[in-house]
Amino acid sequence: MPKPAKPSVKKPVGAQPENPAQLILDGAVADNQWNLLPLGDEAEITADNLAPGKVILPLSVWLELREDLQERKEEIGVWLDSDETADLIGEYAAELPLIAAHFPAFTDGRGFTVGRLLRERYGFTGEVRAVGNFIRDQLTYLTRCGFNAFAYQGDQPLEGLLESLGDFTDSYQAAVDQPLPIFRRRALA
Amino acid sequence: MYRYDEQDRKLVRERVAQFRGQTERYLAGELKEEEFLPLRLQNGLYVQRLAPMLRIAVPYGLMNSAQVRRLAHITRKYDKGYAHFTTRQNVQLNWPNLEDVPDILAELAEVEMHAVQTSGNCIRNTTTDQFAGVARDELIDPRPYCELIRQWSTFHPEFAFLPRKFKIAVCGAEQDRAAIRAHDIGVQIVKNDQGETGFQILVGGGLGRTPILGVAIRDFLPETHLLSYLEAIVRVYNQLGRRDNKFKARIKILVKALGPEEFARRVEAEWEQIKDGADQLTPEAISWAQRFFPEPAYKTIDSGHSEAVLRDQAGEDKAFARWLERNTFPHRVPGYQAVTLSTKPTGIPPGDVTDRQLEAIADLADQYSFGEVRVTHEQNVVLADVEQEKLFELWQAARKQGFATPNIGTLTDMICCPGGDYCSLANAKSIPVAEAIQRKFDDLDYLYDLGDLDLNISGCMNACGHHHIGHIGILGVDKKGEEFYQVQLGGSSNEKASLGKVLGPSFSREEMPETIGKILDVFAENRQPEELFIDTYNRIGLQPFKERVYAKAS
Repeated sequence: MPKPAKPSVKKPVGAQPENPAQLILDGAVADNQWNLLPLGDEAEITADNLAPGKVILPLSVWLELREDLQERKEEIGVWLDSDETADLIGEYAAELPLIAAHFPAFTDGRGFTVGRLLRERYGFTGEVRAVGNFIRDQLTYLTRCGFNAFAYQGDQPLEGLLESLGDFTDSYQAAVDQPLPIFRRRALA
Repeated sequence: MYRYDEQDRKLVRERVAQFRGQTERYLAGELKEEEFLPLRLQNGLYVQRLAPMLRIAVPYGLMNSAQVRRLAHITRKYDKGYAHFTTRQNVQLNWPNLEDVPDILAELAEVEMHAVQTSGNCIRNTTTDQFAGVARDELIDPRPYCELIRQWSTFHPEFAFLPRKFKIAVCGAEQDRAAIRAHDIGVQIVKNDQGETGFQILVGGGLGRTPILGVAIRDFLPETHLLSYLEAIVRVYNQLGRRDNKFKARIKILVKALGPEEFARRVEAEWEQIKDGADQLTPEAISWAQRFFPEPAYKTIDSGHSEAVLRDQAGEDKAFARWLERNTFPHRVPGYQAVTLSTKPTGIPPGDVTDRQLEAIADLADQYSFGEVRVTHEQNVVLADVEQEKLFELWQAARKQGFATPNIGTLTDMICCPGGDYCSLANAKSIPVAEAIQRKFDDLDYLYDLGDLDLNISGCMNACGHHHIGHIGILGVDKKGEEFYQVQLGGSSNEKASLGKVLGPSFSREEMPETIGKILDVFAENRQPEELFIDTYNRIGLQPFKERVYAKAS
């Protein structure tokens, strides 16, 4: 398995994910238990001054502080920006309770691959959370790619979104929710 | 052909319900314009110059007569009574109402059709050889693989928001009739020295603003790994393809930027991780897919006799002889021939057919070709399995319906996009140029003498009319608000694919027929006996054409 590598170049800060008070978690509306640290003020953060409680850190901050935060690891999550791949967390995923993928625009589909790789390649069993500008109509596919939490920041009520979780009850191809593609299931029948 | 089972039906029904809900939310103002856009595109719905346009999927071009009849009904009930065959072997309706689209999709679902992923930044309809299963030069029938690719790519949850559209074509024959080198992924079925089936995988072809031919990144992929390899390619592209500039977002740009070797290395590394997973095509899976494409109930025919009859008929009727020569294709089964119904009589937009013609196609298919038809990427229709002894009768019936223009493969069998008459992207009209050229070159003896000649017309650099890979390519351009046409020579879409070179400054629409005439004159004067245009061009190059076309009047 690839070892996580530190991103070497500082990149400009783009649109940051919001952290709504409520979200969809495991198919129901729930209170958001986590804080999310956006990129921008991360330079000041150290293991000592990091506020107590559950917090989702940008990947670069987490890679920096990871070893110093071992004692708090139950309440430290990580979020990946859309140009950061799941491989950058790699086998470290096992020590995390939550990994989020940022969708700066709903048309940016890189996060779908993040979800699948975390679940299928790195065996991640914690919370995989979508943050940013994804839309209701992507919830089915996001679920199929391993996401179980949706920090929706659009203007539709969360209850309405729940309806879209079940747009499809079957699928052609294998993904996180269905280990066998349809041709295998049919040939088995 | 592939038939839906309850799972397929359920999936398509659920998709129709999903899109109905999305359309209702959009019309109620609950779904923003920019959010509805990719959703409607992935259901085949464009908003065009004059009205919405709905592109209906025809998986690898194959339809049965019931489906064709349903299309006829839909064009009558919801549209203006005609439809358009596209270069992706699909069907387009040019005048549906947005509010009617969910109903149209529901009607399509009843005959196992849909409009899923015919547009948008996702994996599009997989295309193949229109003579799949019947061509003499075929190694293996590509359709079972196309169907497996169709199922893998349909509603693929990871690849619905790619950097840009993604097109796959499969070729199972020696001659490439599917233009696989002009696709994001081209799959060429091959056999290795041990006689095992596998695939050569080409990546990074595409037309549009930056035309590039695909390059092989793997010469032999074992049959069992087809889907995992495709998944690895698209996954690498989804992660690394550019998203900052839509004109640089196709996979061809990524392959070029990384270099084919590095791109291949990344694909192989990804594939190593997934190749032994559930996507493996087991022998059971392959034979399951093959079961949908059984050999039709061919008769045992004394082809010596049927060919003699054909020769006599051709000898007595020159028009039939011409049609037989141009519009039929040799069949691997003795006594049979494949027939191409031309949608390109002079004066009709290439690829357009009326509701009555669709019904006639369905009737002809039932009567002469086991009830199945194929749409070709040249926008014609193929009846693949016609008895030689029925050809004369079929020809007469096709003539009545306007399908027997004996021009297949000739200059007037052009590929042509809808152009500025319909499309909001176009810089120039393409249909009137096609018509003007058809009118100037209506002498069949002259056309036959020219031999096989691909003339392709696109109304803008998006290249839906495949102008880069026409032997003669015409591109509509905008010069200070006026429509002009650039000419390219030397493109080719087959296994020796090449991209055309620009002849020189562009021409007005009025100048186009004469310009083509000059090009053909140079060909005629330099041609060696029986030489094809593309071969003459490859021998003598661009210069002689350039000199003639741009010669100053003396």
